[in-house]
Amino acid sequence: MFDSLTEKFDSVFKKLRGHGRLSEENIRDALREVRLVLLEADVNYKVVKDFVASVTARAVGQDVLKSLTPAQQVIKVVRDELGLLMGEGEDNSLDLAARPPVSIMLCGLQGAGKTTTCGKLALKLRKEKRNPLLVPADVYRPAAIEQLKTVGRQIGIPVYDTQPGQDPVAICEAARHFADLNGYDTLILDTAGRLHIDQELMGELSRIKASLDPREILFVADAMTGQDAVTVAKAFDELLNITGVVLTKLDGDARGGAALSIRAVTGKPVKLVGMGEKLDALETFHPDRMAQRILGM
Amino acid sequence: GAGKKVDADLLEEIEEILITADLGMKTTRELMGSLEKRFDGTDGATPEALRRALQEEIGARLRLEAAPIDYSAASPFVIMVVGVNGVGKTTTIGKLAHYLSSQGKKVVLGAGDTFRAAAAEQLVIWGERSGVDVIRHDEGSDPAAVAFDAARAAVARKADVLILDTAGRLHTKVNLMEELKKVRRVLDREIPGAPHETLLVLDATTGQNALVQARLFKETVAISGIALTKLDGTARGGIVVAIGCELNLPVRFVGIGEGIDDLRPFEPDLFVEALFQRD
Ligand SMILES: Nc1nc2c(ncn2[C@@H]2O[C@H](COP(=O)(O)OP(=O)(O)OP(=O)(O)O)[C@@H](O)[C@H]2O)c(=O)[nH]1
Ligand SMILES: Nc1nc2c(ncn2[C@@H]2O[C@H](COP(=O)(O)OP(=O)(O)OP(=O)(O)O)[C@@H](O)[C@H]2O)c(=O)[nH]1
Ligand SMILES: [K+]
Ligand SMILES: [Mg+2]
Ligand SMILES: [Mg+2]
Repeated sequence: MFDSLTEKFDSVFKKLRGHGRLSEENIRDALREVRLVLLEADVNYKVVKDFVASVTARAVGQDVLKSLTPAQQVIKVVRDELGLLMGEGEDNSLDLAARPPVSIMLCGLQGAGKTTTCGKLALKLRKEKRNPLLVPADVYRPAAIEQLKTVGRQIGIPVYDTQPGQDPVAICEAARHFADLNGYDTLILDTAGRLHIDQELMGELSRIKASLDPREILFVADAMTGQDAVTVAKAFDELLNITGVVLTKLDGDARGGAALSIRAVTGKPVKLVGMGEKLDALETFHPDRMAQRILGM
Repeated sequence: GAGKKVDADLLEEIEEILITADLGMKTTRELMGSLEKRFDGTDGATPEALRRALQEEIGARLRLEAAPIDYSAASPFVIMVVGVNGVGKTTTIGKLAHYLSSQGKKVVLGAGDTFRAAAAEQLVIWGERSGVDVIRHDEGSDPAAVAFDAARAAVARKADVLILDTAGRLHTKVNLMEELKKVRRVLDREIPGAPHETLLVLDATTGQNALVQARLFKETVAISGIALTKLDGTARGGIVVAIGCELNLPVRFVGIGEGIDDLRPFEPDLFVEALFQRD
């Protein structure tokens, strides 16, 4: 799966290959370069530190140094460890196997792309023959409900009718009741953007979770996020036990180290990626492509 | 902390602070390099002295020669607000409109984002909050036409300041960046010299990509200043240090919340202080 990474590692490890025999110091030099590449890609400082430590431990092991192709062995170790970190081989499909109506809750920082992703997700699920209902549970941001209604109109998917000033938990409960009566099998809950340190608003998400018991709780994160990604993701995950991550705005040129960092600190898979502002720009996540991107290929 | 010696551990700790505040590897290495030079072989190198030196170095990179915004330089004084998606452009405009109108200035807003769902409605609500007129067209219409009407209206209504919102766009989307150029030309045609300030809004949670954003927006629409939003979270926004160095762009404002009063002038010393605050 990580075959295409070899090229990048070829350059990082060119010096390594130049040596007939490898010394521990040669390997450490090469790994220092790997560290820089990862930090430049916004992978979190501690995540990089742990990564380099575990690669070093394996790569300077006697088996590697004594092998006939030590450089190859080192490359393989880096590749394997990166694969582990990116969630290679793990199941990252959406799980909606519950009695309908099934709820999907989207949450995250302000401006991450939640409302847009709600629309994209609704469109995707309808293509998969589900019958989704969009639920505007953001009563704070100016025109947030209007935004979701517009999105719903653009893709012909109904939006539960609410007004600002209502309680988000009550909106979600009423929407579930409405879905029950009208044959919608999936509720997509658009929550307001909030800071992970905002106790009151974080508490609101807990209450929505307790009441609606969403099958999927997706943390929506901007691919351009820097070092803070881990702090934020950890806080949302600790409170809500998220089921996955949606990484948005990957249509730009951000290296996307946030993906790796979030995956590493929460252990939760990135399930979907946003590739544009249009409502069909939602794709499944490919760990190998992401790893290439982070390494700058 | 107190009683600590300057050793490899302390230097590593400083490096960690700089990197996790998103200053980036290049700036971090430069700063670490200058520290090592300054304290090489010095006896009086206490952690406190180290920290002070570092704060000076960073502060120097942020205190640029740029003149402050002079709203009386033109009438109407035109501010165009640009940036990638979701950084806080519309909200910052809402706060700025309030700030300026509470100083007695007559402000007009132009809803130049005709693309995003309910973007104009969002700006209209902000306009209502501070009693400021908003010029808008229907969704999907030409943003240059909004700019034209907004400029005309600002002149006709004898506004002191016109602030034009634009749709969020990634700096890599060539056609969307071209569209911004066209909007600029329209403003300049209607009000010579406009826009007088082009503000790039950056989200403090953004990492190294913010530098690329600033570079490309500067190239295409000659941004003259930065508004750094979302500093009320745990992100430090350290990338503006690199931006200050490389692009000589001053930070004009910081956003510290979603409320109408949550906009502040940028103060380098406070900002640097916050970089080193551990929670
Ligand atoms: N280029 C790009 N833009 C996106 C993507 N996803 C969302 N956006 C844009 O990002 C901006 C913010 O998106 P929203 O969906 O309003 O974000 P949100 O998380 O609901 O924001 P709040 O409700 O204010 O917290 C909008 O301009 C969207 O069009 C994406 O994958 N690519
Ligand atoms: N915590 C916090 N949130 C902010 C701040 N500034 C803006 N926001 C929030 O960020 C989200 C996006 O803000 P907008 O003003 O819509 O951003 P925008 O750049 O106009 O977005 P697009 O037009 O979609 O590109 C909203 O939920 C705002 O309330 C800030 O300083 N702090
Ligand atoms: K953002
Ligand atoms: Mg939203
Ligand atoms: Mg906007």
